[in-house]
Amino acid sequence: MQRTQRAKLERRKFFSDPLMVGVILILVIFLMLFILYPLAMLMTDSVYAPDSYSVYQVSQSPEEIKALFADEGKDVQVLSVDRKTVLQLEDITGLTLTHEMGKTASTTYMADILKVELPGTTVAVKNDEGLLSLQSFPHIFRDYTFRRAFTNTVGLGMITGVGAMLVGLLFAYVDCYVKTRSRVMKKMFDIVSLLPVVSPPFVLSLSMILLFGKAGLVTRKLLGIYDSDVYGLSGIAIVQIMTFFPVCYLMLKGLLKNIDPSMEEASRDMGASRWKVFTTVTLPLMLPGLGNAFLVTFIESVADFANPMLIGGSYDTLATTIYLRITGGSYDTQGAAAMAIVLLSMTVFLFIVQKYYLESKTTATLTGKASRPRMPITERSVTLPLTTLCALASAFVILMYVAIPFGSLFKLWGRDYSLSFKWYEQLIKADGLKAFKDSFILSFVASPITALLSMIIAYLVVKKRFFGKGFIEFVSILAMAVPGTVLGVGFIRGFANGVFRTGFLQELYGTGAILVIVFIVRSLPVGTRSGISALRQIHPSIEESAYDLGAGSGKVFTSVTLPLIKESFFSGLVTTFVRSITAISAIILLVTPRYLLITTRINEFAEKGSYGVACAYATILIAIVYSAILIMNLFIKYFGTSKQVREAQKDVQQKRREASERIENL
Amino acid sequence: MSNKKGVKLQSVSKIYEDPKTKKPFYAVKDISLDIQPGAFVTLLGPSGCGKTTTLRMIAGFESPDSGEIYLGGEAINALTPNKRDTAMVFQSYALFPHYNVFDNVAYGLKLRKMTKDEIHRKVMDILELVEMTGMESRMTNQLSGGQQQRVALARALVVEPSVLLFDEPLSNLDAKLRVTMRTEIRRIQQTLGITAVYVTHDQSEAMSLSDQIIIMYKGEIAQMGTPREIYYQPSDEFVADFIGEANFINGRIKEIKGDNCLMEIAGHTLTLPSPKKHPVGSSCRMVARPEAVLIGKEGVLPCRVTLSCFMGAYHFYHVMLEDTLIKITDYCPVNKHTFQAGDEAWLHFEDNCVHIL
Repeated sequence: MQRTQRAKLERRKFFSDPLMVGVILILVIFLMLFILYPLAMLMTDSVYAPDSYSVYQVSQSPEEIKALFADEGKDVQVLSVDRKTVLQLEDITGLTLTHEMGKTASTTYMADILKVELPGTTVAVKNDEGLLSLQSFPHIFRDYTFRRAFTNTVGLGMITGVGAMLVGLLFAYVDCYVKTRSRVMKKMFDIVSLLPVVSPPFVLSLSMILLFGKAGLVTRKLLGIYDSDVYGLSGIAIVQIMTFFPVCYLMLKGLLKNIDPSMEEASRDMGASRWKVFTTVTLPLMLPGLGNAFLVTFIESVADFANPMLIGGSYDTLATTIYLRITGGSYDTQGAAAMAIVLLSMTVFLFIVQKYYLESKTTATLTGKASRPRMPITERSVTLPLTTLCALASAFVILMYVAIPFGSLFKLWGRDYSLSFKWYEQLIKADGLKAFKDSFILSFVASPITALLSMIIAYLVVKKRFFGKGFIEFVSILAMAVPGTVLGVGFIRGFANGVFRTGFLQELYGTGAILVIVFIVRSLPVGTRSGISALRQIHPSIEESAYDLGAGSGKVFTSVTLPLIKESFFSGLVTTFVRSITAISAIILLVTPRYLLITTRINEFAEKGSYGVACAYATILIAIVYSAILIMNLFIKYFGTSKQVREAQKDVQQKRREASERIENL
Repeated sequence: MSNKKGVKLQSVSKIYEDPKTKKPFYAVKDISLDIQPGAFVTLLGPSGCGKTTTLRMIAGFESPDSGEIYLGGEAINALTPNKRDTAMVFQSYALFPHYNVFDNVAYGLKLRKMTKDEIHRKVMDILELVEMTGMESRMTNQLSGGQQQRVALARALVVEPSVLLFDEPLSNLDAKLRVTMRTEIRRIQQTLGITAVYVTHDQSEAMSLSDQIIIMYKGEIAQMGTPREIYYQPSDEFVADFIGEANFINGRIKEIKGDNCLMEIAGHTLTLPSPKKHPVGSSCRMVARPEAVLIGKEGVLPCRVTLSCFMGAYHFYHVMLEDTLIKITDYCPVNKHTFQAGDEAWLHFEDNCVHIL
């Protein structure tokens, strides 16, 4: 069959629209430069060193070499590798070579080739020959710190994943199945599911320390425990479960709502008990969904940087280890890059499993719409324990958040519980206003750009056909699976010396612009996803009709598409703002003293033990974020068109259904 | 409107890929059409026959895999929809939910950079034509289905396209409104004298609207002609069966007499028109509409009544001619003899209403 003509025509039609071509080109460049390129640099870094050492064995003694080189005015450095002495020379002229030991990328890996004992002196000559080798991987896998960090990370991910999934399931089940008479309960569910969105990532760690630490209000004051230790696995796991379970709750709630109650009623009708119904009908239907929730949490937990940093103590995870490798004195960039690659491949692999396998399976098992509302369970033997558990968990979460503003108001936590504003005064004295200004401005700049970009990407992905569409969709969603720390290291490696170490775009490094770009990259997937799902609701013919009436793609986007997904655009705007102003993982690696950011300041003060100031910062931050969300909700309530659109769509669908029924009846 | 143009398709094909088997197949296969300026042409066929694909190729949403499309003599294959002088009325109306009626209709005019006054005048004129005056400031979700349809029509008409395209515009309306709207569409098309291409799977719509009907089946044109031609001279069994009801009666060609044939059916000989030339002695089928078969005490073919049922406007019979079932609708049965199941009867046929396929 002859199909070349279509391709040619499509190409001609495509290129007759320079605006779209330009936008796509810009998008592709942006995604390549700021997502793929840094990751690619990490990958090359882990296997390629731009300069290397050649290691030789010479017959002269170290003293002879030093004397010889001193005469010629050449420099000799004495290195100590694995308790062996190595002389670093500029060249080996005049020396008697007895053995060529090989090449190595850095002094860290030199130990590997020094294993063989040979007579004479070991010398190393640095040259700018690049060295391609996989030695960093076996090296880090032998490295105790890395191995421990790896098992720690996986263990933590497992515990958090299972924990958050179970708590989320409990909440979702109670919300969908159990009759709760009080409105307070519903309200509490809303608050509990909103709080982790609103709060900066490490707020819970902070209050964990305040409430349950050595000087903790609960542990010391109420229970009289003086040696309580929240630092470590249990601390991080509790904090992470509390941070991530609302996501599971919302995911599973959506699933449970879609289970047709008549299936469960059929099971009940055949004589099954509530428990039997749950284990034989509800649970099997939800299995892919539970797996999905587990994986999402696992990825989040593994990528989390702030909580392990603050409350981890000696329990190092991959994210914190990488950070310490980069900022601590060891300068093992190749090793850090290799670790980042390990972490990245883990999250990306799981993300792909989750996205392309589990998600489709979830929708495959639950396609049926609930035909009627579910009869809530009213038996007290079921409702009482379940609601009590939920209430306790919610109360715990709320208590944790309440501790923060109080932490900022008490004079000295643990000793003096009288109220004062001294921490706020201290905050203002210590450049606090500048931190708020910088954080606010940078996030404020990133928001509209991200929101617009993600809507454009969503529009192109859902409504257009062009070469490279798959690439744009995949990369912009993939960014979700990139842990912040990995992205941060990638940006350092990719831009510190300019693109491909050529100095091109080097001026970007250390500026506010690169921080804004990181904010954009980190929030783009969220916005794009919400844009895509909003656009899928809109019948393609609405845009086609505008196109048909003579509007070009730019005009269609601004006059039809954007107004119809205004709500999604605005929520993208606020989400980006919130995520940016509370971001820390990638940012902490890239921020320079020119910019003070709230989150890094909180981290600094918390590390120093100045919990009062940290709490003051966190309190104001939560207030800012909460107002941003309030404004968004108000905006959507009064200006959102989406309700109208939804109704119109529902109307059309309803009519189409009726029409098709009519046709079948004929 | 004077800018009406004809549409010509020259051996146009469109290949799709089967989503399950990944095998390519022809959605539209080698179609050639010549639509005269000002004509109302309907593409009619069962779902999946390629009619909507053909329409979307004319609009420019799909690119043909081979062949060329002309609008008023100009090749438009490489033009995007926004550069083509066509306007489409969509099945789902596709009104912009964030605009009111006036802004919906004015959308195309604003793109054409007209002055405010001019836009206002044109929008008001066209709203008057579709009888929607006074509704300008309504939002689209405050309109009934029929009103939305009128707005969609007005929005397409107001830009004065050379060709108006309809993609099953009435399928979302209830039965009564459909009848009203199709007379409306015909009236407006006649008033403006605009070329219209209309896609539907509803044969009564096609019959009542069109100057010409194109029946499509499996991506190909099965028959092209006026509604009368299509109904009374279907070219093959598919068309005969798809349009209205049809009885097929097997027989054998006995003799050829000019345009007519002598056909032997169940031992009796009938003289019937035969557009296709069958050789003498070959077996063939004749087609007869139920209302073209007359039942009485005398006739040319004997039969036995198996079902007899009074329907009001007509009397409905099933009769057996040897082992062939024939359906008969006998209109105005009041003054005629009513046969009961089990009766013997005779059949004959209305002149010019039956022919050999």
